[in-house]
Order: sequence, then C-alpha cells, then structure tokens
Amino acid sequence: MSTTIDARGLSCPQPVLMTMDEIKKRTENEIIVVVDSEASKENVSRAAASQGCGVRKITQDGDEYRITIVRD
Amino acid sequence: MVKNFFASRWGIIGVGAFIGIAAALLQKLGNPGNMGICVACFERDIAGALGFHRAGVVQYIRPEIIGFVAGSLIAALSFKEFRPRCGSAPVVRFILGIIAMIGALVFLGCPWRAALRLAGGDGNAVIGLLGLAAGIGIGVQFLKNGYTLGRTQDSPRAAGFMLPLFMLGLLVLMLIYPGGEAQAKSGVLFYSLKGPGAMHAPLLVSLGVALVIGFLAQRSRFCTMGALRDLILFRQVHLLSGFISLVVFAFLANLLLGQFHPGFAGQPVAHTMHLWNFAGMVVAGLAFALAGGCPGRQLFLAGEGDGDAAVFVFGMITGAAIAHNFGLASSPKGVGPHGIAAVIVGLAICLIIGFTMRKKA
Repeated sequence: MSTTIDARGLSCPQPVLMTMDEIKKRTENEIIVVVDSEASKENVSRAAASQGCGVRKITQDGDEYRITIVRD
Repeated sequence: MVKNFFASRWGIIGVGAFIGIAAALLQKLGNPGNMGICVACFERDIAGALGFHRAGVVQYIRPEIIGFVAGSLIAALSFKEFRPRCGSAPVVRFILGIIAMIGALVFLGCPWRAALRLAGGDGNAVIGLLGLAAGIGIGVQFLKNGYTLGRTQDSPRAAGFMLPLFMLGLLVLMLIYPGGEAQAKSGVLFYSLKGPGAMHAPLLVSLGVALVIGFLAQRSRFCTMGALRDLILFRQVHLLSGFISLVVFAFLANLLLGQFHPGFAGQPVAHTMHLWNFAGMVVAGLAFALAGGCPGRQLFLAGEGDGDAAVFVFGMITGAAIAHNFGLASSPKGVGPHGIAAVIVGLAICLIIGFTMRKKA
C-alpha cells in the first residue's frame, strides 16, 4: 500500500512537514511525495533520510518530481 | 541524476565560508562597519537613493542587492531551475516584508548582518540573534499548527523576470546618474555624503562579488532564517552549518583584516538597548519565518522566478521607507521616536497572520 502527498506549489518547509507527518503516522510502507521544485526534492529526500527512510526512486515529469519513500 | 554539490553538507559550509570572507573583504574595501553585506540595510539604502525616504545618511543603490538577484537568475537559468510562479498570498507577503524590515531596522540589521556583527565582535548581536531565534520559534509553532500561505501557480515566463528587470533598471539608473564628489543628488538618484550610505566598496567589486554569492546561494538554498527554523522544527542542522560557517569565516577574516573589535558600546551602526534589539529581531524573525525565507533567500528565490518572493522584497523596500519616514528605525543613539510602538504593532499583525492563515479544514 502506498499513500501520495501532493506538495506541488507549496514552499519550504511545508513539503517536508507533510512528509514527516506521514512518516510519523506509520500507516503506509510507501509514501509518494509529488513536488515541483528542485529545492523541495532535495529537502524531502534529506528529511526522509533523517527519519531512517530510504528514497527508492525519483521520477521526473516536466517540472514535477515523484519521490518514492520507503521504510527501511 | 546530476548531484548538486552545493546542496551537500560541505557545499553549504563552503558557501557560508565564501559569504563570510566576502563580507569581511567588502567592508575592508569600503562598506560600512560590520555591514559588509546586510540585505535589509542595503534595500533600505536603495529606498533612500530612490527618494522613498529622505534619511540623508542611508542613500545608495547597493550593487550587492542587484548582484544577488542577477547571480541567482544566472544559476537558475543555467541549471534549468528558472520557474516563474506566483499566487501564494502575495499581499500577505507584502505586509510581512514591510514588518520584517521595520523589525530589522529597530535592531539595525537583518539576520545576515546580525551574524556579521557577531563576527566583528559586537556583543549586541548575540541579543539580536536570540531575538531572531525566538521569533522563528514562534513561527515554527504556527507552521506546526497548519499555517500556510497556500500554493503558488505557474505563471507566464515574463512574470519571473519582473524583479530581475527592476534590478537591471536600478543598475542602469546608477550608470546614467553616478554619484560624485560632494553631490547629494545626481539626476533622479540621491546619494549620501556622509554616514553609512556614503561608505561603499567600488561598484564593480560589489556587483561581481554579489553575482557569485547569488549564484552559489541559489545552488545551495542558503538561508539564515531556514538555518534556525530547520533546527527548531526538524532538529536538522543542514542550513545551520552554512550559517555557522558564515560567522566563523567572517570572524577569522575580520581577525586577519584587523576588523574584530569586541564590545557592546560604540559598535558601528548599532545601539545598546538590549530589550529593543531583542524585540526588533523577534518581529523580523517571525515575519521571515511566516514568509518562508530570510531577506537574502527572498532575493535568490525572486531570481529563480518566484513572484511571491519578489513581492516580499518590494514589501521590504516599502517597509524601509515607512520606517524612516515615521521615525521607526533606530540609530546609534537608540530606538527611533516611534520604534517601540512599531515593534508592538508589527508583532500583533504577525500574530494575526499566523493565527488566521491556515489550511481549510
């Protein structure tokens, strides 16, 4: 099961806050975060790593990034 | 995927080091004391040069501000990160910009200058930085409780060039109407004949150094407010390591250049009213936190096409005019006649924004 967070158009630190909230809920094993800036992509990836989660893959579609985060 | 070195830990430490050393050198080359770079002060000087306020000692089109925006624009265009966007509560950002500037001018410096004042030995900066942290701490509480200014939208490409073009316009004005000896007005521009506004490094040096800083800061996402916010909110020290690096390297450069003078009294462009140094920075820190970036970061975001950040910048320039016209700004003698009232009103407005701007349930 996975859950998707739409953080497009939101500026820092909101994408990170939303990601952390979802990680802390511990309901899904896979979290997909959609962001639309390079900086948000870096921030979300860094935050996931700090929570002991792995970034499995990042796919890019135009300006959008889909970051797939999984629990290690 | 090309790795962005500047977004790494060593990258941001390197950028902080570069900014710290560059600021100390800019001071050596003519910028005011402990003010090698101050985003708030320099935007205030621009407001003065344009005649928006008539405080005679702080009037100069600071090329550093122009360079910050241009450097970020160049980096964003080079790395395909230029993305015109706006529409995230611009009018709220404008108001936050005004309040941030007023708070900063009660302390006499933005977070950048607070760091540089510390690195120059000004003990009052410690109190200002504590105020900054307190203000950001309040902002973090709002963020945790759902504070948001809403989503941006992609906008036509031209929208992203508005602030860069405004800055280009300032540079052109400066070249058409250069400052000269004993000349307070050149064409449409005002220049200071004495005081901090009369102290500046050579134009091309300031512009060149700022272009590099703008470029590096766009790549690294350097932010002095984010440094403390991420520490308080996430216990993350990534941005903080860049901010600390700035202080450490500016301090070392100041030592080498003979610019380190520890003490509280008689510091350049500073006053010793501790309570108001603290309170001014509480207000500024809260306003920066609610707007999502320190004044430098707002310039770099505007350079990569963020129209909301550009609105914040115009808010700060407007705030400078208000601060000096209404006697809100401090001077080395202490707070201005209405500075204390401004701090209270500014704090109240920020709190109202913090409580009311939130996600719809």
